[in-house]
Amino acid sequence: MSTHAQPTTVRGTAGPNAGHENKEVGQDRKAKTQGRWAATLILPTVIVLGIVIVYPVVNAIIMSFQQDEGLDPVTGSFVAGGFAGVANYVHWLFQQCPAPDGGTTACSPGSLGAQFWSAMGTTFFFTVVTVVLETVLGFWMAIIMARTFKGRSALRAAVLVPWAIPTAVTAKLWFFIFAFDGIANKLFGTAILWTGSEGPARTAIIIADVWKTTPFMALLILAGLQMIPAEVYEAAKVDGASAWQRFTQITLPLVKPALMVAILFRVLDALRMYDLPAIMTGGANGTTTLSILVVDQIRQGFNSAAALSTITFLVIFLVAFIFVRFLGANAVQSATGPGKGKGK
Amino acid sequence: MSISTAKAASAAAAAPHLAAKRRERWANGRTYISAALIFIWCLLPFYWMIVTAFRDVGYTFDPTPFFTHVTWDNFTTVFSEDLGNHFARNLLNSLLVAGVTTIVALLFGVFAAYALARLEFRFKFLVLGFVLGASMFPGVALVTPLFQLFTNIGWYGTYQALIIPNISFVLPLTVYTLTSFFREMPWELEESARIDGCTQGQAFRKVIMPLAAPAVFTTAILAFIAAWNEFLIASQLSNESTKTVTVAIAYFAGAQPHQEPYTAVMAAGTVVTIPLVILVLVFQRKIVAGLTAGAVK
Repeated sequence: MSTHAQPTTVRGTAGPNAGHENKEVGQDRKAKTQGRWAATLILPTVIVLGIVIVYPVVNAIIMSFQQDEGLDPVTGSFVAGGFAGVANYVHWLFQQCPAPDGGTTACSPGSLGAQFWSAMGTTFFFTVVTVVLETVLGFWMAIIMARTFKGRSALRAAVLVPWAIPTAVTAKLWFFIFAFDGIANKLFGTAILWTGSEGPARTAIIIADVWKTTPFMALLILAGLQMIPAEVYEAAKVDGASAWQRFTQITLPLVKPALMVAILFRVLDALRMYDLPAIMTGGANGTTTLSILVVDQIRQGFNSAAALSTITFLVIFLVAFIFVRFLGANAVQSATGPGKGKGK
Repeated sequence: MSISTAKAASAAAAAPHLAAKRRERWANGRTYISAALIFIWCLLPFYWMIVTAFRDVGYTFDPTPFFTHVTWDNFTTVFSEDLGNHFARNLLNSLLVAGVTTIVALLFGVFAAYALARLEFRFKFLVLGFVLGASMFPGVALVTPLFQLFTNIGWYGTYQALIIPNISFVLPLTVYTLTSFFREMPWELEESARIDGCTQGQAFRKVIMPLAAPAVFTTAILAFIAAWNEFLIASQLSNESTKTVTVAIAYFAGAQPHQEPYTAVMAAGTVVTIPLVILVLVFQRKIVAGLTAGAVK
């Protein structure tokens, strides 16, 4: 950043020593006005985000410690509201429901309370499988798109089409493709009821998700690939490095920062997956993700849903933390530009 | 590496000239095959949606890969008020919600991004972290408390009940994208304007704004697409009259009850998608730049 443009002109009119002092004072004053300017410009955004995010989250945390009012589905007796302690969290984490004797018992199978850990498992299953597939496929797509050939820009445009289609439409489109009489069964000569059981239902959702989001991954990786100077490859070629060696020794390490950020984005996005399973299966047959469970719970009790959404939020936060802390996916640093951000 | 090694290597490579050429042609061929595969994988499902959208409902599951039994009927069904579809209304709702969200996000985001890209101040790292964290925030964590809040204050089903939560993810996206765009602009021009006697505010308006217009425009497209495609919040907080297109498509009513109206849904999907696809194809270069801005650099 060229912060010395003005002090330089000052130095031009005064002596070297005076100029030096002026520069210090000028920079100090400049930093102060810049700080004030920055605050004025940024504060509105911070306030707006505070209202639309921080307020609901704090609200949800407060709600999560309250008892849901209403008739108890098991005992039929009226349950008053009021402070509940960690009862809502115990309800989800240990899958405990109110028992007729006033204590708690294991939630009956099929009830929302009994689905927490399976929803957690489903969410992580979808996340790991889709992100691994998208990373591998995305890398391959990026490598192809990085080459120079006729029709390259047509390919890049084509790749954007799945990305631009709303997820709700994507879900309906693949729902149609995977219908019993649909094109998928005809194409492969199979007669699978795709949304009827766990394996096929999950497969259908994974394929739809991979189709929709691999382009995003590919474009991020492509942007990383294009930062690698061609000379590096030339040099390696001359040194006799094989294509595989060039990939593992040059491409992978150099593209790693961009790749990690892309993976981080995708992982956090996949952990909150809702649209595809909600529309394709309605969460049936082992496709209930945490987000779907929260939404199902909302109409059965806000406070309990708030506890579940807080757990979901914490899980996602924890994963993001692990990524940034231990795997070096520093999205903030790459956003502040090279060399900056560190030590601040 | 020394020049002599490079020369020696190139001389060695020149000897089996024909083999190298053949290998190169083979590599080119493989590139084209891969490119074709990606092209087909990305476009075939989209093509199938359009083919089905124009196909007579009686031939819904006809696997013929071309346009056969072409009809406009599905589009009539989509817009048929008699069947209980208010698709025109849904389109307007989406346009309104996504449009207002985009405008609000830009109004705030432009200034924040300018400060983040251009000014030195304490807590910059913190602010960027906050903005990034906000963009990754799970929608369900907002829907639960907002559902109760909006019900209590009588906002459930209103437009503002859809726009406000949308801002929570569109504004961070806007700030993030604009910040990386702004960082790459020729700011020397601002410095010269200031030397010529402009205040920082004047320099911003007269020099930077015109330069920044393309970046703002690209960001607006990305913000609009993100808001237009939103489903979770709209499905929970809208009512019959404020329902957006994504929700309408997910719960579409066909001519026959208890029968999934595949062709009509594909027609509705086509109506919603075609404008986006045209937008994306026209501004392909800018959108790719906007999508990847910030992730690398």
